[in-house]
Amino acid sequence: MASSDSSHGGTQTASEYIQHHLQNLTYGQKADGSWGIAHGAQEASDMGFWAIHLDSMFWSILLGCIFCGLFWLGAKRATAGVPGAIQNFCELMVEFVDQSVRDTFHGENKLIGPLALTIAVWVFLMNLMDLIPVDWLPWAAANMGIEYMKVVPTTDVNVTLGMSLSVFALIIYYSLKVKGGKGFLAELTLQPFSSDNKFIKYAFVPVNLLLEGVGLIAKPISLALRLFGNLYAGELIFILIALLPFYLQWMLSVPWAIFHILVIVLQAFIFMMLTIVYLTMAHEHH
Amino acid sequence: MNLNLTLIGQAISFAIFVLFCMKYVWPPLIGALRERQANIADGLAAAERSAQAKEEAQAEADELLKDARNQAAEIVAQAQKRHDQIVGDAQSAATSKGEQIMAAKQAEIEQEIVTARESLRQQVSSVAVAGAEKILKREVDASAHAGILDDLIAKI
Repeated sequence: MASSDSSHGGTQTASEYIQHHLQNLTYGQKADGSWGIAHGAQEASDMGFWAIHLDSMFWSILLGCIFCGLFWLGAKRATAGVPGAIQNFCELMVEFVDQSVRDTFHGENKLIGPLALTIAVWVFLMNLMDLIPVDWLPWAAANMGIEYMKVVPTTDVNVTLGMSLSVFALIIYYSLKVKGGKGFLAELTLQPFSSDNKFIKYAFVPVNLLLEGVGLIAKPISLALRLFGNLYAGELIFILIALLPFYLQWMLSVPWAIFHILVIVLQAFIFMMLTIVYLTMAHEHH
Repeated sequence: MNLNLTLIGQAISFAIFVLFCMKYVWPPLIGALRERQANIADGLAAAERSAQAKEEAQAEADELLKDARNQAAEIVAQAQKRHDQIVGDAQSAATSKGEQIMAAKQAEIEQEIVTARESLRQQVSSVAVAGAEKILKREVDASAHAGILDDLIAKI
């Protein structure tokens, strides 16, 4: 475990460096009952559920505000005539998202479009933080007296799970709204195995419930862990590369960063696309 | 990798950003896109229509031009015909007038010949009478011998 006194300074070992970089700035109740920022991973994990990662929240909200601000600027003066530069960019994104939504979802829903746009751009921006050299922002934060600074919100499983659980809530909401409680329950219990014989049909209920239940629960978990895993692994490799002597780092960090450009766009797109697909499935009758 | 309140915080901010996007970002942008799409579709349809109209106008103009050309050719042909006719008329008029004049002159000449002959006859008769007077040495009674004289004159 990285201890707080070895987090800066020249005597840091490679393992301590890595652990320090993977540690969130956690605010919560300490063992002695006082509230404050955790020093070290053990103390942070001892805080339990009632603690918050200040760095993740800061960056994710900042990037969310950047997204909203930019698109609000573009939308504020939106005109059907010749668009300006910002409007042009925003329209490009909106059109792309709208096309993705309409290719998959064939219903009337005012939420899915904006939801998909928010996911695509916000997740992309959060992923994009991964391309900032791993030491810059933590170093700047350390100089401001902030001990830990993990700048890529999507490498925090809380962030990805927070989003995927919101999507899960929407899946449940629309399933209930479109199919009704009975329809949704039937979908969970009466398929994939079914029979015309009433007795056999009900005998299959536990099996079906198990299969469909796992399938349903797997949606938010896979959604969150896919994004988190990709970005966490990418971040970890950047950290490992940063352990090399500075004159060798570019040989690995440049190719990895270029490859990572693909990953961050792709993961944002996958998160958006799967959200659309899941919500489409929630709207479908079987 | 501890699960904690960050999860709830992220879900709340997610909801806020989605709602913001839903209220202030998506409708104006998608509205502008749809409107522009409609404008472009209208523009293309108008272009199509005007191209068709142009084609029709072109055909009409061609038709008019053809008619005009035919008419002009007809007029020229008519004029040519009229010209020929006028020239022909003039020629025949001139010819007949010339003939008329010639006939009149001929008649005149004949008249003059007759007159001349008559006067010659008169003179010859008077010369003959004078000759006869000289021969007879006496006055011939012109009236008494008019019958002989006339007979004489007719013989000359």
